[in-house]
Amino acid sequence: MTLLDINKLTVEFPTRRKVFRAVDAASLTVEPGQIHGLVGESGAGKSTIGAAVLGLLERPGHITGGDIVFKGDTISGLNADAMRKLRGKKISMIFQDPLTSLNPLFTVKEQLVETIQAHHDVSDSEATQRARDLIDRVGIPDPDTRLDQYPHQFSGGMRQRVVIALALCSEPDVIIADEPTTALDVSVQAQILELIKELAHERQVGVILVTHDMGVIAETTDVVTVMYAGEVVESGPTEQVMGRPEHPYTQSLIAAVPRPTLKLHRFPQISYGGRETRFAIEDLARNWPKVENDPSKPLYEIKDITKRFLQKRGLLPWSREYFTAVDQVSFDIRPGEVFGVVGESGSGKSTVARMIAGLYQVDEGEIIFDGKTVSNLGDKAVQEAYRQEIQMIFQDPYSSLNPRMRVDDIVAEPIRHHQLMEGKAIQTRVADLLDQVGLGASAALKYPHEFSGGQRQRISIARALATQPRFLICDEPTSALDVSIQAQILNILKDLQEHLGLTMLFISHDLPVVRQMCDRVAVMKAGKIAEIQDTESLFANPRTDYTRELLELMPKLDDLSTENLE
Amino acid sequence: MSDMTENTATKPPSRLATFWDSDFVWSFRHSPVAIIALLVVAILLLAALFAPWIAPHDPFNPATLNLMNGFTPPGEPNAFTQDTFLLGTDDQGRDVFSTILYGLRISLFVGISAVLLAMIIGVVLGLVAAYVGGWTETIIMRVADVQLTFPAILVAMLIFGIAKGITPPEYRNEMAIWVLIVAIALSDWVQFARVVRGAALVEKNKEYVQAARLIGRGPIPIMFRHMLPNVLSPVLVISTISLALAIIAEATLSFLGVGAPPTQPSLGTLIRIGQGYLFSGEWWILLFPSITLLALALSINLLGDWLRDALNPKLR
Repeated sequence: MTLLDINKLTVEFPTRRKVFRAVDAASLTVEPGQIHGLVGESGAGKSTIGAAVLGLLERPGHITGGDIVFKGDTISGLNADAMRKLRGKKISMIFQDPLTSLNPLFTVKEQLVETIQAHHDVSDSEATQRARDLIDRVGIPDPDTRLDQYPHQFSGGMRQRVVIALALCSEPDVIIADEPTTALDVSVQAQILELIKELAHERQVGVILVTHDMGVIAETTDVVTVMYAGEVVESGPTEQVMGRPEHPYTQSLIAAVPRPTLKLHRFPQISYGGRETRFAIEDLARNWPKVENDPSKPLYEIKDITKRFLQKRGLLPWSREYFTAVDQVSFDIRPGEVFGVVGESGSGKSTVARMIAGLYQVDEGEIIFDGKTVSNLGDKAVQEAYRQEIQMIFQDPYSSLNPRMRVDDIVAEPIRHHQLMEGKAIQTRVADLLDQVGLGASAALKYPHEFSGGQRQRISIARALATQPRFLICDEPTSALDVSIQAQILNILKDLQEHLGLTMLFISHDLPVVRQMCDRVAVMKAGKIAEIQDTESLFANPRTDYTRELLELMPKLDDLSTENLE
Repeated sequence: MSDMTENTATKPPSRLATFWDSDFVWSFRHSPVAIIALLVVAILLLAALFAPWIAPHDPFNPATLNLMNGFTPPGEPNAFTQDTFLLGTDDQGRDVFSTILYGLRISLFVGISAVLLAMIIGVVLGLVAAYVGGWTETIIMRVADVQLTFPAILVAMLIFGIAKGITPPEYRNEMAIWVLIVAIALSDWVQFARVVRGAALVEKNKEYVQAARLIGRGPIPIMFRHMLPNVLSPVLVISTISLALAIIAEATLSFLGVGAPPTQPSLGTLIRIGQGYLFSGEWWILLFPSITLLALALSINLLGDWLRDALNPKLR
């Protein structure tokens, strides 16, 4: 019997100016024991479907067409009371962020027992027993002691297991998991997905798994529905949709996914919905100062750099406590190469980038750029000269541009600060740069909020290129972007390296992306470097267990269609 | 995306039309309270600005005063001179309507100047505290905390008292207004500093600040060019509410006799003069200045409330 049948569901958000249709006549069904993947880029309406099923649509959104049938009963249009009885009991939810979805003031046991007793008429001791069994089932070791602990005593992955246990308390028929692993590290992500898969099959629960990650879809789901701009563009068994996509949007989406197994020269750019914008690398290269990269001499020599952060303040030096974020890290960067640094969150990779950028002081060790020491510079003139040579592209395009500055001022700021040009010449240069990154000179008079994430990242690139630097630091430049936009930005960065001879430091947690982008890679773990190798030999013969483990955890994308790849 | 291009293709809307259609103005147009409040504030502001032209008498020119006109009730002809006054006259025969207009001038001038001064001090100290951190932050914010433990009016009186002690008597009346402004500003800067510090701490960790540091910008341009515009909306809200508080603080000080001198009466001074006659039947001398002060403070407060809601994206 079909558990959940969503039939031509339409959800609209009326705003002052116009009605925004978030979901447009979308249909899908969920069977017992089946994991139904819902995939699409941000704004495609996938989370809205999940919220509509739970009756948790944010105002002023409401269902304007179609219906949702749960086990034969229509549940769309139920009143708030009836919906509340259903929600949590028959249909439960796993949220993205395990940190905020548990109450920090109650122990895990209290939260589980409360939920169990809300749905089943059982005694305290029986509820406790059930809570213990659930904790045990979701794979938390030593359930008896863990039960009495508070959420902050659990790691991110363990906390998400508690959230899953909480969702299972009422023995629901359907679970909606909205990006359940996005906030977690790769190693933890794989375990959580495996657990969801097991539980779905074991308890015959239907799961709607909302995600933007094609790897998660390929590995976990049985059936997949692809959404674009509120509409379902393609639906079917996962192997079929992933292996032989029919709709051009699905094809472009799959082609844009970085493959761990295969190194491409360029990401294929199949545009759908007319979003492709040209990047005029030739124009840019024409006016770029010729760089002679001497491969025998390293551009950067990083020698035993260490960074400690104050963890506990104290008046006296010995009562202070420090946390060592980066511990005696050394490596060289050769001119013209893309040097990658990978690691999980908290491994210190961003701290290394910020030390090289001069944003953080170096506690120990030395950074040598082109034969000159550039760490902890006191001399203003040397510092200014160094600042012109290096630039950085940040992770979050929404916070890396000042929302109150016009785009032309943002791009012109480095030129004005270093007094590279004057008057009209600055405007011409800014217009050229904006044109070259594919935004067009008309972008100059707008403010950052008028642009999408990918366009903002292009503005960041224009700003970074304004001083014609030799070295570019990219700190997770695409992790906040959708996969098709990511492909565009990565292609731009590749162009910059090849045509302008830029040297790059590329920080990422995403191994497939690193394989596409980098010449050499350093793997970081807990503030130390685990190993440094050429990218291809690292992927072929990892030297340390840690790297091997990371590589094994990469989503296997062998089933994905290779159509449209070079 | 698609409708954006359509929009630019047809005809770029004029700047005024864009402003009129913006969410900010829309929320104003749909809030009757805000419209009435702005109307009241605008009328009072214009009345104060053009007082010399509107006022039927000049209350500071003794030549135009006639003591015989004293205590004329509003709207009735005087028993001796047959002159009528819209809101009556006080003990010296001054037209209450005219004194209110001139009093409003002083009240608004003191209030606005005090808030501007408090805003400048508070915003600068708040930004510096957030950006520099460490000991600088500790010192600035502890001073602010200590000051918060005293009632603002007490701080203002203290400053006023000290200033009065050190200024020579012949300048005292001229200096009184300026001392009043400084006293109120120094009792009010803490609000600004705390809010700006909080907002700036959030902005400081955003990547655009790091991008500016990377370009090589120094602390001053980063604080004032980059961070300041992003913390201005809460400042705007507080300054409206502070303006109402500052006007009331001025009135309180003047009422207590330590504020504006009788030669330059503010609304507070007028209320102090009026309350002496409350029980002898000349109610209008007290009532009309009080209503004016109430209307002014209430309207500014309501405007501030609306501004807070309109600028808060979470409540939209």
